[in-house]
Order: sequence, then C-alpha cells, then structure tokens
Amino acid sequence: MTDMKRKNAALRAKKRMIKALQYIFLILVSLLSIFPLYYMACAATNKSVDVIRGKLIPGNYLIENFKSLLAAQNVGGAMINSFKYAIVLTLVSLLICSIAGYGFEIYHNKRKDFVFSMILLAMMVPFAATLIPLFQMFSRANLLNTTLGFILPSISTPFLIMMFRQSARSFPHDLIEAARIDGVSEVGIFFRMFFPTMRSTYAAAMTITFMNAWNNYLWPKVIMMDEKSITMPMLIANLTAGYLTDYGSLMLGVFLCTIPTVIIFFLLQNSFANGITGAVKG
Amino acid sequence: MDGRKKSFTLAKKHDLTGWAFLVPAVMLIIAMNFLPMVQALILSLKTGVGANLRWGGATNYIRMFQDKVFLQSLVNNFIYLIIQVPIMLTLALVLASLLNNKDLRFKGLFRTAIFLPCATSLVSYAIIFRSLFSVDGFINTVLIKFGLLDTGYNFLGHAVSARIVIIIALVWRWTGYNMVFYLAALQNIDYSVYEAAKIDGASPLQTFRKITAPLLKPTILLTTIISTNGTLQLFDESVNLTNGGPANATITMSHYIYNISFKYVPNFGYSAAMSYLILILVAVLAFIQMRVGDKRD
Repeated sequence: MTDMKRKNAALRAKKRMIKALQYIFLILVSLLSIFPLYYMACAATNKSVDVIRGKLIPGNYLIENFKSLLAAQNVGGAMINSFKYAIVLTLVSLLICSIAGYGFEIYHNKRKDFVFSMILLAMMVPFAATLIPLFQMFSRANLLNTTLGFILPSISTPFLIMMFRQSARSFPHDLIEAARIDGVSEVGIFFRMFFPTMRSTYAAAMTITFMNAWNNYLWPKVIMMDEKSITMPMLIANLTAGYLTDYGSLMLGVFLCTIPTVIIFFLLQNSFANGITGAVKG
Repeated sequence: MDGRKKSFTLAKKHDLTGWAFLVPAVMLIIAMNFLPMVQALILSLKTGVGANLRWGGATNYIRMFQDKVFLQSLVNNFIYLIIQVPIMLTLALVLASLLNNKDLRFKGLFRTAIFLPCATSLVSYAIIFRSLFSVDGFINTVLIKFGLLDTGYNFLGHAVSARIVIIIALVWRWTGYNMVFYLAALQNIDYSVYEAAKIDGASPLQTFRKITAPLLKPTILLTTIISTNGTLQLFDESVNLTNGGPANATITMSHYIYNISFKYVPNFGYSAAMSYLILILVAVLAFIQMRVGDKRD
C-alpha cells in the first residue's frame, strides 16, 4: 500500500517536472521571439554608444535619432510610397482574385476546372525565374518607378484565387437561385451577397496581401531606380550602406518599417494566421 | 421548345459570365508568370552583355557549372536547406503540439509571442540580426561582459559563423509561421484521441510519435515544400544580413543572379540560365518530396 502511494507520488512529481519543463521551454522560446524586436525598440530610443554598450532599457534619445534619420533619408516619402503601393495592390488584388475565385467555383465546368489547375502551376514558379523578362518588359513599357509597375506582377496570385474559390464553395447555391429569380444580376449577386458574407476571407486575404506587399524587397529594388519612388525596406537597407553605423537612427528606421505590419498583426492576428494557411471557410 | 431555348441561353449566359469573372486574373497570371517564364528560357539560350545578344545554345548552362561563385551560392542554398529547414520544422512541430494542450495556461500569449516574428519585414529582421551580431553588437557585448570573450568576435566575418547567424535568423523568423500551419491542422484532430491516449498512460513523446506526427503528415509535407521553395529563393537575408560575405561564403543564388543582372554589367542571358536552374530545382525537389510523402503511408 505504502509502496503504491510512493510510486504514485513519484509519478506525480515526474508529471509536475515535465509540466514545469514545458512552461520553461515555452517561456524561453517566447522571450527569444520577442527579444530582437524589443532590442530594436530600445535601440531606437537610445544613443548609438549606449546601444553598443548593450543598454536594454528605453532611453530618451528618440527625438535626436529621429532628427538624424530625417537628415539622412527621406523617410516621409518612402513611408508614403510603401503605404501607397501596399494599399493599392491590396485593393486591386482582392477585387481581381475574389471575383476570379468566385467565378471558378460558382460557374465551374470542365474547361474552367482545367484552367484552374493550370493556374495552380504558377505557384511553383520562383520569382527569380521571371524577374529578368519582367524587368525588360516593364522598362520597355515605361513602368519603372511607378505604382502600376510595383503592383502588376503580384495582383493575381493562385493562392488568393484558391482561397476565394474555397470560400465560394460554402456559399449556398439556393441563395444565388433565389436572387436570380428576384432579378438580381450576376455581378450584383457577387457584390451585394457574396462580398458582405465573406468578410473573414477578405480580412485574411487583406492582411496577407498587405504584409507581402509591404515586405516586398527584390522587385522594388529592381524597378524603383528613382530615389523618390523607394519603399521603406529599401530605405532602411540604404541606411546600412555607410561605413559608420549610427545604431540609434538605424534602429529607428527599422522600427518605422516594422511598426505598420506589427500593428496589423496585433489587430488581426487570427486573420493573418488564416491568410497564411489559406484556411478560412465562409 | 421556347422554355428549353431560354434555359440553354441562360446556361450559356452563366458560362460566359463565369469566364468574364475569371479572365482578368487568368490573363495576369499568364502575362506575369507563364510568359516571362518562356521568355527566360529563350533568354537563357542567348549570350552577350547588355542588349547585345546572340544565340549561344547551352553556353550559359555550361558556364554556370564552371562559375565558382555560382557553385558556391548553390552550395550555400543547400546548406541552409538541409540544416535550417529540419531544425525549424521540428521546432515548429514541437511548439504546436505543446500549445495544443488544453490544460496549458497563457496559451494565447505564447502563441502570439512565437508568431510575432512573422510580422517583421525581411529586411528589418536581417538588419536587426546584423546589428546584434556585429563586432560591436549586443551579442559580443554580452559575451565580453560575462568574460567569455576578450574582444568582439567578427561573427559575420567568418564563413561558418556567418552561415550560423543566417540560419539562426531564419529559424527566428519562420518557426512561428510554420507553427501556425501545424496548429491549424491540430485543431482538426479530435481532442478526445489525446484524452484517450492519456488515460492509456501514453507519454507525451509517445503521443507525439504515434498520433500527432502521422495525422499531420500532409501538413508536414506542405510546409516542407513551402520552406524548400522559400529557401531556394532566399534573397533579402543574404543581401542585408551578410551582403553575401565574407568572400561569397553566404551568398544565395538569387543574390548572385541579382548581382549579375543589376549590379555589374548586365548579362541577362546568363542570369536567366541560373534562374532556370532554381526553377528546375524547385520543381524536382517538390516532386521528390511529394513522392516520399506518399510512400510513407
């Protein structure tokens, strides 16, 4: 009897140990995940010397860092460009891809299904393989340094079309039939019925498209040759090009480049997760 | 008769409406993906500098395998692929299965924290890691403070340590991303299976190996393909974290292609040939992974 008890106690102790280890592991990974961003935020408010000394508490040098950053780079311009490119791309992309996904599902037949499977192949095409012809095409069409040039290659993506096709699958056919009998046009059904009911899909598509657009680096680096057209990621990459690094203002630049997507992350974390995995229904 | 005719035209009308809905997206994909892909193939068979191009047959493809920098970049991409992807996916899987535990407290907090790096732009995190690991950076300062080093170690100046830094950075940025896939997949597994296993006295490790891993196989396959695809196209990190250095020890294929096309005197034919190798590698590896993924059923 006492033997059993002791065994049970040992088992419970072991279980508690495992549990404690799990928590320690999760806390450690969480801290490591947050730390680089915390370091960035601290460094943005500190003098370069203090950053080098390893100071890890927010300082009061933010305004000075801001001044030297503004003196070195046109942050306002790059910020406006980044927002402009990302917002325009997100709006156009959501419209084109959602109407296509809807079209593929609601009016599907053999031929459309075949086209759909062809489109999926485009997912496997690495951007590097299309980069050079795209650049040649865009420079011939005078699209360098333009918003249209930024957005055109990424408006239509197989991933988004697939996502909207999946959500259109859960859209009740009876509803469409009823609307048709009531004399609503096909376009009207899409905009007045599908669009409002698929809010979660649109939210997921919006977060993922905006983040990808904001983070895009290779393509704008290739086509945005004019200083006036550069994006935030390009701007902060330029900051590191000099010999001496002013860590304070550099990290402030990085902070400014990061904060819009981080805010979206905190506001729409679940939509973002759904956007990545393409896992939204209805 | 009249009614049949009407329904026929209605079906046709719907068919045409459908085409009208999907044509803009399809045209864009053809123009922005498939057309350039064909153009790149043609371009890859031409040689010459700038706009001065002539047919060269397989010249570019032969040159590629004699180009030491390109071979180095190919090796680098495979180093990242073989070392980083398994570490990251294993870690993501472990974290997801820990977070799937219903009794766990602060679940949302842990998930948010681990997922947060995904919100950082690629250039941003590359620069943050570059600062952390620079000679006068935070990591060196801490190591010196604890007496582990006398002077700052140039992490980004040595081939092996520079590669390790890139791998650490990649793991940091992408583990949460993959964890989200696994969490989504785990939510589809009936939780009672886990409770039953617990009652039967299965250890967490056994539960993981016998229940979680097999049920997650399709997701593991998916994340492997996505990560392989992404790793073969690495660009931002190579440019902004190490600038390909020291002596091209960390340069990736995309970075080298960029240099050949836009940094030096442009040689588009040669770049197109190298980019085609990436395309072939992505396709072949995805094919192999799908075959292997199927076989283990």
